[in-house]
Amino acid sequence: MENKVKRNLPDDLMTKMNLKPFESVEIGNPEVKRVAPKVQVTTGESKVVDSLEDVIKKTLKDGMTISFHHHFRNGDFAFNKVMNLIIKMGYQNLTLAPSSLTGVMNDTVIEAIKKGVITNITSSGMRGSLGDFVSHGGLKNPVVFRSHGNRARSIEEGEIKIDVAFLGVPNADPAGNANGQEGDAVFGSLGYALIDAQFADKVVLLTDNIVDYPNTPASIKQTQVDYVVKVDQIGDADKIGSGATRFTKDPKELKIAQTVNQVITNSPYYKQGFSFQTGSGGAALAVTRYLRESMLKDGIKASFALGGITKPTTDLLEEGLVKKIMDVQDFDKGAAASMAQNKNQQEIDASWYADPHNKGAVVNNLDVAILSALQIDTNFNVNVMTGSDGVIRGAIGGHQDAAAAKMTIITAPLVRGRNATVVPEVETVVTPGDSIDVLVTERGVAINPRRKDLIAAFAKVPELNIVDIKELQEMAQKQVGTPKPIEYTDRVVALVQYRDGTIIDTIKQVKD
Amino acid sequence: MTYVKNRLRRTMMFVPGNNPAMVKDAGIYGADSIMLDLEDAVSLTEKDAARMLVFNAIKTVDFGGAEIVVRINGQDTPFYDEDVKAMVRAGVDVIRLPKTESAAMIKKLVADMENAEEQYGVEKGSIGVMAAIESAKGVLNAPEIATATPLMMGLAVSGEDYTADMHTHRYPDGRELEFARNLVLQAARAADVYAFDTVFSNMNDTEGFYRETKYIYELGYDGKSLVNPRQIPMVNKVFNPTKEEIENALSVQNAIQEAKAKGSGVISMNGKMVDKPVVEKANRVIETAKASNLIDEEGNYIGE
Repeated sequence: MENKVKRNLPDDLMTKMNLKPFESVEIGNPEVKRVAPKVQVTTGESKVVDSLEDVIKKTLKDGMTISFHHHFRNGDFAFNKVMNLIIKMGYQNLTLAPSSLTGVMNDTVIEAIKKGVITNITSSGMRGSLGDFVSHGGLKNPVVFRSHGNRARSIEEGEIKIDVAFLGVPNADPAGNANGQEGDAVFGSLGYALIDAQFADKVVLLTDNIVDYPNTPASIKQTQVDYVVKVDQIGDADKIGSGATRFTKDPKELKIAQTVNQVITNSPYYKQGFSFQTGSGGAALAVTRYLRESMLKDGIKASFALGGITKPTTDLLEEGLVKKIMDVQDFDKGAAASMAQNKNQQEIDASWYADPHNKGAVVNNLDVAILSALQIDTNFNVNVMTGSDGVIRGAIGGHQDAAAAKMTIITAPLVRGRNATVVPEVETVVTPGDSIDVLVTERGVAINPRRKDLIAAFAKVPELNIVDIKELQEMAQKQVGTPKPIEYTDRVVALVQYRDGTIIDTIKQVKD
Repeated sequence: MTYVKNRLRRTMMFVPGNNPAMVKDAGIYGADSIMLDLEDAVSLTEKDAARMLVFNAIKTVDFGGAEIVVRINGQDTPFYDEDVKAMVRAGVDVIRLPKTESAAMIKKLVADMENAEEQYGVEKGSIGVMAAIESAKGVLNAPEIATATPLMMGLAVSGEDYTADMHTHRYPDGRELEFARNLVLQAARAADVYAFDTVFSNMNDTEGFYRETKYIYELGYDGKSLVNPRQIPMVNKVFNPTKEEIENALSVQNAIQEAKAKGSGVISMNGKMVDKPVVEKANRVIETAKASNLIDEEGNYIGE
């Protein structure tokens, strides 16, 4: 069958897995039912145990679903500690359902797949050796990629049923009250893990820092936690996030950032109390800097900034240019430290952030989102998942979710090395073009023809070089030529869901 | 591409001729002129590769309407002959000769270009030349260099080599360059060619860059050589005409229109006759204002 972004989906797999094809970016007002976890009642004062192995033995059975969060990113010690034991103990047929997979987890996951320990995976994304392994057919069952908002929805609606959540935290009291803000390995917001704590049948905290009861602020609460496992070290603070954020000096990134700022400040959304979400890339950080200058000059203040947060954004909070930060994840030390100090930096969970089946998520209140792309096609469909070789090397993250903003801007250079970024057709559709409004490249700005209002607004701005996206695509093609199509086998190695759980695309095994 | 003698040349951005990524993107920053360098930026082992890269880039890359200048290797090097031939064949806008010290050097360049034009069937005189003045001798001979050929586009002061030749180096206040800057500018103006100031290489000293650019603008320079695209908007800011200048220039242009409508050869404004230099200055102001988006298509002032 073909879905609404003209992607051919294999009928047998769709039927077997009871999946629906992507229809529309409009979520509508469906009535949905949420699930609740099993609760093992206890009044025990202390949940602290020394043996992780005992806890695994007590909680885990073959065929179960386990989860982790990725807030420690490449400084994560929790995942490998737990998974190596699970592999050693000989478990089989587990489903791995982390909020995402980072590079430090790759080798362990590959080993677990090879030994039959892990047979199913759902994640926001994967990179490096693991993406390569899966793209070459290393895992029998297709991986299911979900955005952060969609993961929250899937857990709430029981599509992902977490049996045991193993959650690393930089502090916890003996009853299980914990946050991400104090200790040796702080990462700030616990946003993605909060859903696991709320919906998993068994919640196991791992920490190297047991503090006095009651531990506040309690992001994860004692009401949700079964065990607290004491470990030597939970993470490497230096690898969690970059230290001091340095602004890019790359003139091309600066040019793109400057243009993005002109798009924002000339849009109808740039007014008192507007809101925005930027990413963590070089251009995104530079946008924050240019936006700051414009806001100071124009006397404009934002009501909130959303998303993955960086220090340049928490600096705006300190300066009073942004009134609140709605924080699901922190990308650097500065932003993580700021959460403990500023009450206007509000920790939000993934559901509050972006779940489409909600009574309103923050992304629905968002004016401007700035997102990146590996590829964007002439229908504005965006790929953030597969590289120019067809191999998995990215993550949906909050991409589909933040694109619910009133104006979604994609920033991308026209070409990267010898590969075009603006292409006739993306390798993998992740975020549908219907939710993308503006593309900013170093060679010009393309506006989705759907947005006649923005076309009219930007026509009056002489600094903006407005071009048809097809022109940009042709310019890119002229520079780098037309690549030979990637060769795939018929086997599906991954399914890409849209935020409502429908299938927007599949990823096939690449031919060797 | 054909050499256009009179055009806006506020910024001349240096781009190493052996760096494909930088050459490919040189056109996106809005430089008035792009100077692709085959000389100092390119090491001896890469001279041939850089020449081929620049040759192909001129023929294929979209430089966004910028004028393309190529700095070839000097006449005392074994690369000079091939550089001249390749750039003529590529159809560059302007060839820049480094270390120019005499009119004879420019005359030799023009003769070599003519031979190459004949060899490759390139229209004669379709490529301009410019001279980089980098020594005491070059400065003293600037007047004869500026008038050596009708194809002369302009003179550029090259501060680093010149100060070394003068047994000094560059200082923040620029007093060591005062004589060279003034003489080269006089020579250029007298010959009716363009004058370009030297590069300012400390990217972290924004204040110093503005100070120097403002100074050479006030002297009367047409533009400045740049090593970083981030300096382009800074130079343009200094060269932007004021609101009063723009309004005055618009009035001059209106007076010209009125005179044309009446079929009168004499242009007058507020009862006074408007001379040729005033008309030319008004045209320069309007051209700059348009390039910096300070007036709209109907000619109304839209700056801040």
